[in-house]
Amino acid sequence: MDFYLTALLQGFCFSAIALGIYISMKIFNIPDITTDGSYTLGGTVTAVLLTHHLPAFAILPIVIATGALAGSITGIIHTKLKINPLLAGILVMTALYSVNLTLMGRSNIPLLNVSSIFSLINISGDPNHNTFWILLFFVAIVTLIIGYLLKTDFGIAMRATGNSESMIRALGVNTDRMKIIGLALANALTATSGYLMTQFQGFADINMGIGIVIVGLGSVIIAESLINWFKITSVWLSLVLVLSGAVIFQMVLAITLNIGVDANLLKLVTAAFVLLIVSLPRLSFKSSL
Amino acid sequence: MIDLKSIHKTFNKGKANQVDAIRGVDLAITEKEFLVIVGSNGSGKTTLLNLIAGSILPGSGTVHIDGNDVTKLPDYQRSEWIARVFQNPLSGTAPDLSILDNFRLAAIRTKSKGLSIGINESFKKSVKEKITMLGMGLENKIEQPMGTLSGGQRQALTLLMSIMDSCKVLLLDEPTAALDPRSAEIVMRAADKLTTEFGLTTILITHNLKEAFTYGNRIIQMAEGKIIKDLNKQEKASLKQNDIFDWFA
Repeated sequence: MDFYLTALLQGFCFSAIALGIYISMKIFNIPDITTDGSYTLGGTVTAVLLTHHLPAFAILPIVIATGALAGSITGIIHTKLKINPLLAGILVMTALYSVNLTLMGRSNIPLLNVSSIFSLINISGDPNHNTFWILLFFVAIVTLIIGYLLKTDFGIAMRATGNSESMIRALGVNTDRMKIIGLALANALTATSGYLMTQFQGFADINMGIGIVIVGLGSVIIAESLINWFKITSVWLSLVLVLSGAVIFQMVLAITLNIGVDANLLKLVTAAFVLLIVSLPRLSFKSSL
Repeated sequence: MIDLKSIHKTFNKGKANQVDAIRGVDLAITEKEFLVIVGSNGSGKTTLLNLIAGSILPGSGTVHIDGNDVTKLPDYQRSEWIARVFQNPLSGTAPDLSILDNFRLAAIRTKSKGLSIGINESFKKSVKEKITMLGMGLENKIEQPMGTLSGGQRQALTLLMSIMDSCKVLLLDEPTAALDPRSAEIVMRAADKLTTEFGLTTILITHNLKEAFTYGNRIIQMAEGKIIKDLNKQEKASLKQNDIFDWFA
């Protein structure tokens, strides 16, 4: 049981990444790979500052700012230099590897005997339950903020930017600026996931971000399948489904491991699972013809 | 209202596929004028409209709108004066957003898009009232995504969206090219009505010579990047439909 609880908690940690990918991919229609780098960046900054005995709550705004900076660099490269967003993301991600390594000074920082957000408040005696409530609270706050943002005039303009660029420019929105803000927001969320995960697993590693974009992508695609299935138009419900997508994704991985699949094959299983989710709506569509 | 002075625009300058799209256009459009532009494909009509909208900037010459020099302003900064209806009904609206969201953005075209929620009951009511004017029965569908509507409905709504915020210039780039004759007529009548009612300065590009004949109080013909005919209100009124056909003979 504890095994699945851990998977649920991991899902919560990854929910910020899922929201980030939802913003870059679904709202702005930009495939952003900066994610791998900005996730590690969030973890790195967290680990370095925690070992310097900065309190966890004070580290969060710094993590958000660095993630946003990484995202806006990708955005500037994409909009101002007119470089394909995929390439812009890969460039920033690659550069971030060196930045992260320099910040850490070595490839791994264990967080032993340092306080984290999970030791900040004590709700329950069981550390796992304690973590659960803190993460749930955290995720709820993040979702509320993003949900509110998408409902505002600014948020509607954001959604229109990825949907009909010619229209929103004619309605007076600087789409370049909007995309930079969007990518900054997406990567700030991704870095927040790195912040949570590093404290949850108790270490930061230079390789922790490799392939992490697929976790966010998988979560969003699960959510999207559900959104299309049930024809959901509500912003709130969509966000909740994205969060559920992150949890479902981790659960599937947990089940795979539990039924005895070799851990070395986990990435292969992940890729196959995402492929299955992407192709499911199309397969079922075909049979209904 | 709109003043173009010796405008030139060349695409792919110096390359083998160089196109001189606009070759010295001077055009003064007065307030409340409804100008129709006709011309064969490649004559520079759409380029001229894009130059006025700011989607592209001129190679040389100046553009003034309402007394302001806007020659170097990009399209999103000219939205203060200009509302646009595109040839493709998909370009003027955001398909995944609800009708209401689309109208909200249109209602703040000239303002900044801030961090407050602007859609409330009174806003919904005013949108419904506006949409009722079209007589298409869409007023009860404002929560639906724009993409579920037909091209004609979307084009009519785009037109309506242009007067949600203060608007001086209305640019219509073949707004009915993708529509069936009935929807086309609804859209053109709505455009005509809005132009008179709100005192707009309207520019219409069309390949439909019947539309060119029926609407507007000034007509120009373009060919090879230049204005070759310019008929004012009296001259256009005495024009027969066949005369315009003869221009293309």
